[in-house]
Amino acid sequence: MPAIELSKAPQPASTNPEQIRNFCIIAHIDHGKSTLADRMLGITEVVEQRNMRAQYLDRMDIERERGITIKSQAVRLPWRSGIDGQEYILNMIDTPGHVDFTYEVSRSLAACEGAVLLVDCAQGIEAQTLANLYLAMENNLTIIPVLNKIDLPAAQPEKFAEELAKLIGCQPEDCLRVSGKTGAGVEELLDQIVKQIPPPVGDANAPARALIFDSVYDTYRGVVTYVRVVDGHLSTRDQIQMFSTGVRHEMLEVGVISPEPVVSKGLGVGEVGYVITGVKDVRQSRVGDTITTYHNPTTKALAGYKDPKPMVFSGLYPLDGADYPLLREALDKLQLNDAALVYEPETSAALGFGFRCGFLGLLHMEIVRERLERESNLSLISTAPNVVYRVKRDDGKELIVTNPSEFPDGKVASVEEPIVRATILAPSEFIGAIMELCQQRRGLLKGMDYLSEDRVEIRYTLPLAEIVFDFFDQLKSKTRGYASLDYEPIGEAEGDLVKVDILLQGETVDAFSAIVHKDKAYAYGVMMTSKLRELIPRQQFEVPIQAAIGSRIIARESIRAIRKDVLAKCYGGDISRKRKLLEKQKEGKKRMKMVGRVEVPQEAFIAALTTDADVDKAKAKK
Amino acid sequence: MPGALSPLSFYIHVPYCLKRCGYCDFNTYTPGELRNGGDLATVSDGYIDLLIKECNFVPPAGPIPTIFFGGGTPTLMEPSDLGRLLRHLENRFGFTEDAEITIEANPDTVTAEKLQQLKEIGINRISFGMQSSNPQVLKVLDRTHNPENVFKATEWAKSANFEHISVDLIYGVPSESIADWRSSVETALSLPIDHISAYALIVEDGTKLAGQVRRAEVVMPDEDETADKYLLVDELATAAGLSWYELSNWSKPGGECRHNIAYWEGKNWWGLGPGAHSHMNGRRWWNVKHPNAYREKLSAQNSPMHDEEELTVEQIEQERIMLNIRLPRGLPLATLSAEQVQNLLPYRESGHLDAGSWGSGNLTLTRSGRLIADRIVREILL
Repeated sequence: MPAIELSKAPQPASTNPEQIRNFCIIAHIDHGKSTLADRMLGITEVVEQRNMRAQYLDRMDIERERGITIKSQAVRLPWRSGIDGQEYILNMIDTPGHVDFTYEVSRSLAACEGAVLLVDCAQGIEAQTLANLYLAMENNLTIIPVLNKIDLPAAQPEKFAEELAKLIGCQPEDCLRVSGKTGAGVEELLDQIVKQIPPPVGDANAPARALIFDSVYDTYRGVVTYVRVVDGHLSTRDQIQMFSTGVRHEMLEVGVISPEPVVSKGLGVGEVGYVITGVKDVRQSRVGDTITTYHNPTTKALAGYKDPKPMVFSGLYPLDGADYPLLREALDKLQLNDAALVYEPETSAALGFGFRCGFLGLLHMEIVRERLERESNLSLISTAPNVVYRVKRDDGKELIVTNPSEFPDGKVASVEEPIVRATILAPSEFIGAIMELCQQRRGLLKGMDYLSEDRVEIRYTLPLAEIVFDFFDQLKSKTRGYASLDYEPIGEAEGDLVKVDILLQGETVDAFSAIVHKDKAYAYGVMMTSKLRELIPRQQFEVPIQAAIGSRIIARESIRAIRKDVLAKCYGGDISRKRKLLEKQKEGKKRMKMVGRVEVPQEAFIAALTTDADVDKAKAKK
Repeated sequence: MPGALSPLSFYIHVPYCLKRCGYCDFNTYTPGELRNGGDLATVSDGYIDLLIKECNFVPPAGPIPTIFFGGGTPTLMEPSDLGRLLRHLENRFGFTEDAEITIEANPDTVTAEKLQQLKEIGINRISFGMQSSNPQVLKVLDRTHNPENVFKATEWAKSANFEHISVDLIYGVPSESIADWRSSVETALSLPIDHISAYALIVEDGTKLAGQVRRAEVVMPDEDETADKYLLVDELATAAGLSWYELSNWSKPGGECRHNIAYWEGKNWWGLGPGAHSHMNGRRWWNVKHPNAYREKLSAQNSPMHDEEELTVEQIEQERIMLNIRLPRGLPLATLSAEQVQNLLPYRESGHLDAGSWGSGNLTLTRSGRLIADRIVREILL
């Protein structure tokens, strides 16, 4: 029995680094990472059978429902190797699985010496996994290729073993085959982790250096910071110091997760665990920063610290204006746990009071919105997401625009927009469709490689703005769901960009303004005006809907004046029914937003700001 | 007459039809729905006696100015039975000298003889459910009658010396063209009548028609075309000497349905029968809906009332605006607040409110204004 009873296993702060293996699992959403992790918890007996639940490590409802990990976690697993019979401590560092969190992934990887590359052998590797694999290889991690779900009837282990072997330069037979579901091959995987992944190396006598790879706010404990000790030692008696800010904190608690928190005396070289200092905001304990001790500080930070930079912006407004203070409270609360979330108050003539929020990407945005709605019971309306533009005016002044309505009217000297390097993996039959899409989105082809006979990796540079606007949904629909996408920012480039305003009866509706490429302005104008024509009910007078660049009208529709709005009959003297109907209509009228003299129902705003793909998603959820 | 009791109108509901029309969501039942294999005689047996029993709950009132038999199909009842009820009401409250007693009639279920009998028991006004003169439109409405029957029925009614004869029309029916509608209205106006009602078709939830619309088996016409049809009936009726006295009703002088006006003017009336609504001095109530429940209540000597509401001052005001605006006399601007009048100005400018009466301090809807009456009411009430 290779499991070791916890109390008899090597203890934190006194574990020889030679006995430690730090690894993470790189996998795509739904390739079975959480199930495999569950299985490891079971086999190493850190979770008793009766306490086991599915996706044990995923803490938030959203994580469990969507099958993705948003925040990482680290679990200490004692294991007796079936090969040499020795006792080991395996630290499994869970990594977030999405492009928006690439930076967090890179820090999780930096805390490991090895990575399990987990691929669903019915689907093959996906772009995000490939990107993370490259990250792991850059960090010089030992890669253990593993094919999961070998129990599936559709499994093609030979095919995908070839693919993995080619990618990481090993032999197809080096790929382990497991089933997280049945447990087949998992013990062997644990043994191979011990055998193949090198133990951590560090100087126990040097000043302490620990890498923060995650930081989580807990209502009861304050911020819980996950660290990997590189050099030296952290103990409860220490005062610690954040390298980037120099701020000092008392150490209230040190421990490991196994998989519930277990307090320890400290953490030594190569160990992974958590520290609690009593800070209340994750921004005071940032991912990527180096922790050292105050009495014996290091002079050299661990490499790779970056401030998270929001890439995508959107206005968030409460459906009910009275909920504005609630929304502020909810954002404040969420920010305690999300160092990447930024926001500032914003007013929209059409939507009222709200916040302009900055996110790492689209998923981050979706998750934040969903958490706000779910955890604070808010109904929100969000404006179409946009990127950050650097606008140079004719007078030489520079302006950073995060909201299209701030885009200067009149002539500008230049506009720069963020550019990303995108990697798309797909079956080769879809090459044409993918290239067509990227072309339409102002993409520049950078290269293409065959991963196997029928699967290709296509590389493009694209303006981020093009990806932000339903690119992924389009990509999925053009490739019957087979393509996967990853991207990373690579800088800014000048673009021929204009602001398109939408006017109702001559009044600009700020929520609908968009910054688009000149060649697409017309299409955007036609799309929005015709959409609004369908969505806005007829009014007492004719309402022209126009799309304009500055004062130039590029598209026009009109809503005809209403002609009939009366109920002809009263049913056998049922006046009450008529009056109640009227009262209901009155309530409906209260929910209207006035744009000039035009009554616009809130539903029209929501529908106009929603892409068709969003609507399909919402339907699919139901 | 100081100390005299105030007048009380009566609505009398007959909740039976031989067949349910596809668009109808009224409180009516076919014999089959009430009792498997039952015929009308068995299911409606003793119904008139129940209505007479409900009269026991009516407090003392002055002579009756108007009575209206509606349904359902009131002409399915034996004239002698209807007469029995009328005599009961007459003995109990008396009739005013010019009392208006109306019955709704299906052109299919009347004969010259029956009309004669209805006239003899004291009914002096008859309203035929004509709906359309176009067989295709009648088929979409799921009506059984042959358009030819309407000619006969109105002629018989005229021979029977009914003082007032009316027909009901429905417009905005799927597949009905403007020309179809014009022909229906012209046909109606050629009949010996002094009154027409024209209602835009409403697709009510739960009806057969609603299902057909949902499944796209029939397509509801464009609202603008339906608006045009309203303008057309108003134009043709006016040309024929019938003027509008309520949004959906036109009559020759003296042919107005006074019972109908009582509703719009917020007068008192008592509704007898299942599901019937009543109003007395700011209190509205309605009876249990199902004929069987109604029968049970009354058999146990209980009131058949299902629920009621006491109108607040604000609701009474809402109703005043909502109902009076449908009449040519409209609303005196002096009864509205400055803000309400302010809100109406754009409608005055757009020609929805009559310029002449506005100038003399009254809010009266023009033709185009009548078509958006509910919107204007909302504007006033906010």
